[in-house]
Amino acid sequence: MTTLPQQTDRKLGLVIDLDTCVGCHACVISCKGWNTENYGAPLSDQDAYGSDPSGTFLNRVHSYEVQPEAGAAQLVHFPKSCLHCDDAPCVTVCPTGASYKRVEDGIVLVNESDCIGCGLCAWACPYGAREMDQAAGVMKKCTLCVDRIYNENLPEEDRQPACVRTCPAGARHFGDLSDPDSAVSQLVAERGGVDLMPEQGTKPVNKYLPPRPRDQLQTPDDSGEIDVLAPFLEPIDNGPKGFLGWLDRTLEKL
Amino acid sequence: MTHSQPPLDLSPKVSDEVRKTTCYMCACRCGINVHMKKGKVAYIEGNRDHPVNQGVLCAKGSAGIMQHNSPARLRNPMKRVGPRGSGAFESISWNEALQIATDWLEPLRREAPEKLAFFTGRDQSQSFTSLWAQAFGTPNYAAHGGFCSVNMATAGIYTMGGAFWEFGQPDWDHTKLFMLFGVAEDHDSNPIKMGLGKLKKRGARVIGVNPIRTGYNAIADDWVGITPGTDGLFILSLIHCLMKAGRIDLDYLARYTDAPVLLNSDPKSPEYGLQLRDENGKALVIDRKTRKLTPFDQPGVRPDLAATYRSGGITHRPVFHQMAEQYLGEDYSPEAVAERCGIPAPRIRAIASELARVAFDEAFELDHEWTDFRGEHHKTMTGRPVSFHAMRGISAHANGFQTCRALHVLQIILGTVEVPGGFRFKPPYPKPATAHPKPHCKATPDAPLDGPHLGFVHGPDDLALKADGSPARIDKAFTWENPMSAHGLMHMVISNAHAGDPYKIDTLFLYMANMSWNSSMNPGGVMEMLTDTDENGDYVIPRIIYSDAYSSEMVAYADLILPDTTYLERHDCISLLDRPISEADAAADAIRWPVVEPNRDVRGFQSALCDLGAKLGLPGFVNEDGSQKYKDYADYITRHERRPGIGPLAGFRGEDGKDVGRGAPNPEQIDRYIENGGFFVNHIPEGATYYKPWNAAYQDWAVGMGIYDAPQPYLFSLYVEPLRRFQLAAEGHGDRQPPDHLRDRIKQTMSPLPIWYESDPEGTQGYDVHALTQRPMAMYHSWGSQNAWLRQLHGHNPLYLPTAIMREKGLRDGDWARVTSPHGGITVPVMEMAALNPKTVWTWNAIGKRKGAWALDKDAPEATKGFLLNHLIHELLPPKGDGLRWSNSDPITGQAAWFDLKVHIEKTNAPAEAQPEIPPQRSPVPPAPRDVAWKVGK
Repeated sequence: MTTLPQQTDRKLGLVIDLDTCVGCHACVISCKGWNTENYGAPLSDQDAYGSDPSGTFLNRVHSYEVQPEAGAAQLVHFPKSCLHCDDAPCVTVCPTGASYKRVEDGIVLVNESDCIGCGLCAWACPYGAREMDQAAGVMKKCTLCVDRIYNENLPEEDRQPACVRTCPAGARHFGDLSDPDSAVSQLVAERGGVDLMPEQGTKPVNKYLPPRPRDQLQTPDDSGEIDVLAPFLEPIDNGPKGFLGWLDRTLEKL
Repeated sequence: MTHSQPPLDLSPKVSDEVRKTTCYMCACRCGINVHMKKGKVAYIEGNRDHPVNQGVLCAKGSAGIMQHNSPARLRNPMKRVGPRGSGAFESISWNEALQIATDWLEPLRREAPEKLAFFTGRDQSQSFTSLWAQAFGTPNYAAHGGFCSVNMATAGIYTMGGAFWEFGQPDWDHTKLFMLFGVAEDHDSNPIKMGLGKLKKRGARVIGVNPIRTGYNAIADDWVGITPGTDGLFILSLIHCLMKAGRIDLDYLARYTDAPVLLNSDPKSPEYGLQLRDENGKALVIDRKTRKLTPFDQPGVRPDLAATYRSGGITHRPVFHQMAEQYLGEDYSPEAVAERCGIPAPRIRAIASELARVAFDEAFELDHEWTDFRGEHHKTMTGRPVSFHAMRGISAHANGFQTCRALHVLQIILGTVEVPGGFRFKPPYPKPATAHPKPHCKATPDAPLDGPHLGFVHGPDDLALKADGSPARIDKAFTWENPMSAHGLMHMVISNAHAGDPYKIDTLFLYMANMSWNSSMNPGGVMEMLTDTDENGDYVIPRIIYSDAYSSEMVAYADLILPDTTYLERHDCISLLDRPISEADAAADAIRWPVVEPNRDVRGFQSALCDLGAKLGLPGFVNEDGSQKYKDYADYITRHERRPGIGPLAGFRGEDGKDVGRGAPNPEQIDRYIENGGFFVNHIPEGATYYKPWNAAYQDWAVGMGIYDAPQPYLFSLYVEPLRRFQLAAEGHGDRQPPDHLRDRIKQTMSPLPIWYESDPEGTQGYDVHALTQRPMAMYHSWGSQNAWLRQLHGHNPLYLPTAIMREKGLRDGDWARVTSPHGGITVPVMEMAALNPKTVWTWNAIGKRKGAWALDKDAPEATKGFLLNHLIHELLPPKGDGLRWSNSDPITGQAAWFDLKVHIEKTNAPAEAQPEIPPQRSPVPPAPRDVAWKVGK
């Protein structure tokens, strides 16, 4: 079994805004494109044009319906990839040391040349964030685009994960979550960012920003509460004649 | 094992070269960086410098590499050798293909050019394809707007000189309340997502009005799950509330709209309802200062919204009087509309209140000085931070035109168009209907058409009718059935050609339009029409030429196939003459160029048209000596001049490449575009970026750019006078008279002020559930299913049913239902969805595929469980017993009324496959590989 570092210098990770994610899958495909062409084996697709296509993705978007106690049902789009946990059970379970967490930045990676494809790490991950590539027989997972974020062949502004760079709605943020002053830490503080399944004790680095309350724009009907919007819609007068009278008076003031 | 880290190359080489071009994975037209390795496409990302997407890219765009390498790509020209529909073809050379086409088309042009019907689908080169069709001389040309969103485009242009998407955008940086109606999620896809992101970052409120809470509606702060087809009623109720409360921008209405324009108010007058005009045709108003009648645009005039004017025994009242009369009545009170709209009355009031609160109580000033067209100087620009966007959801109903009009009237009474925080036009818009061409339809043997096909009518005189009053066009565009059909009616072409109504054609020439499948209503019927034979055993539609890059369902129905390239192998121009990609602060255009050369015997369709045009000797496509004028499309893009100095591309003009907008053709123009990242941007100067229709500085800039030839300030048309001219004709006035069976409908529907009417056609009693489709954000029409990555996201399309219907029918997820309409039935898998209007069911569009198409296996889920709702929708309304063919379209514009569909649902036993089962077509391309795993660089 493999040891985790005592601590990491930084905690690089993603902050994903569930209030903003429209579920467009841009991050999913951008990730597929970059990581097919870069780190390790290509992300393969089996039965690609057939009855049950099934390929390797390092990032997927799930959609859930939520029924609040009162009001209309809601739909939440939920992108999910490796959360680069501080206490990553996928690393400690690895029999060969192929899975490891980097000391410099906390990124969890698989060294494919040491991976025997046993799949224990995928079983150990409570998030289902690892996928075995069926063509290469090695475990694939989010690398946080370790081959982009330090890449001196890329312009500085592009040194961020492919999913973050491409997200059209700006719902994905990348940074150092160990630094309380970083933009991502500030965002987490402001918006009440949360861990995914904290009860698992994995201490994920990635954070999710919860959706803001929905469907607040209502005038209370039978509740007897004061209608705060009513003054904005006070009728000026009744009937067409009254309206034209008001019009004339108002025009005088223009 | 103790912690150890292997050495890692953190700076691997990304690519050999980046080539910047324009995406074509949908209609958004983002800039892309194509990373090349060893001469091959390796990776695609968004271009940060590009005005449309500013670096971001959607799922489709990033999956472009799989489209470019799709196994469904056509390989070479083909001629049909089996029966139509079978898919049996023989490969031929381009020489032979072009000769066949020439042999078919040359006699038509010589004798009866209208026998060619040339229609293009997702065409992004309409200014070129229409030019070709004009040169040929056929009146029968249009693109796909008639079954897409012509209501939105036309209503916007008639009302305010532009609509949403390509015409304009919300002021994302200043808006505080954004209201989104029924959007098709791939239209303007990245800009809207980017805009929503900006709003969310600022905590601005988003209201989504849509029967289905997915996508953008899922992240809306407030979701209004409206009943389909009632958006217009809801909007008119908002207008009612705002007018009744006086929460409207009277100053804006008086200055910039026709609200003060005087209308003939004498019901006995033959000019009843028409504007009072001076001898130059200028609309007249009463000046509030002098109390005198004056043209609206004179220096210093302050038009009066209230004053009436009497002359010659006729009273003239301002448009605004009529609006008060029409909208203050209780017909539009929230209580009166709530049930039909499926929105509680208090909620309608709450939304109206919020619109008013933000528009007026959060108004702000920008320190931009400007001068209006009346010469008045303004120190600041007033901002009203409320904006709107809408698309096909409200458009594809038989009441869609009036609904879209209502939405624009709502924007205008709030004073939110072309102001900071509101809705802003993108050059070449604003451009009023009067500045657009009128339709032309005069076909003359051996000669070009008398002008552009499509345009804007202003009354009965502009209709495309023959001398005997019959339709001049095969799609019956610009006739009494749908007078303002500015985009044509592509959805009626095959049906009309098959019926010989209004006449028979010889050759149907289609480009990039999957008309035998997802792009048609009633695809089963269309397949029969395309294969139907007459008493001699000849096809009723004698010849079909089709161009497509991929093995679509339509390929099987062509006699001759002209294979197109993929979007990475071609030249294109995204032109200001066509469907622009400008931003509100800048005019912009772009190119595509072959970042890789095709490895198949294919040609860009537009280049093939240059070849075919030359072989046919079409004017404009041959030199004086008869030789071919344009070597290919790139040559056309570079050298064509629409007016002297104005060409397809506005950037890098003139011999030194330094002219902008106007300038001589520059032989190196395309190279300059490539060096510039594939696009060109010219920013609007500060002080000219808002109030554009009335802003002297903007008008002058637009003239310099070649957008106009002279400044053309105008008033927004709350009241669309051309509609009234058609009503007058229906009332019996004028020489050009509608047929009697259409008089009542014209009178009822062509109201010059927006109205709402029930769009549910007669004959649907017993079908009480609305059925809609929407497009997944990761797919574009039928294209996505051939893409190994995208089809893993959306390979299945169950019919989503609201909880109440699931329970009522005893259905559970995975069960099957028989879904019927007055036209037909389908049997499909169902799934429950709670966040849905309780009277509405829906599915993803164009996931269902015919076996044999798109290089998919015959047992692909798209072909076994996937289905099209199209089978339930007829291109005609249910017969009325009068023997007439009534098109299932908006009676004003001819927009296909896809979303008026109503169905009945029953649980049924699971069949082996979704029904109806269509027999397979033979694939013209080799089978796809089973597994995919490649690295271009290795």
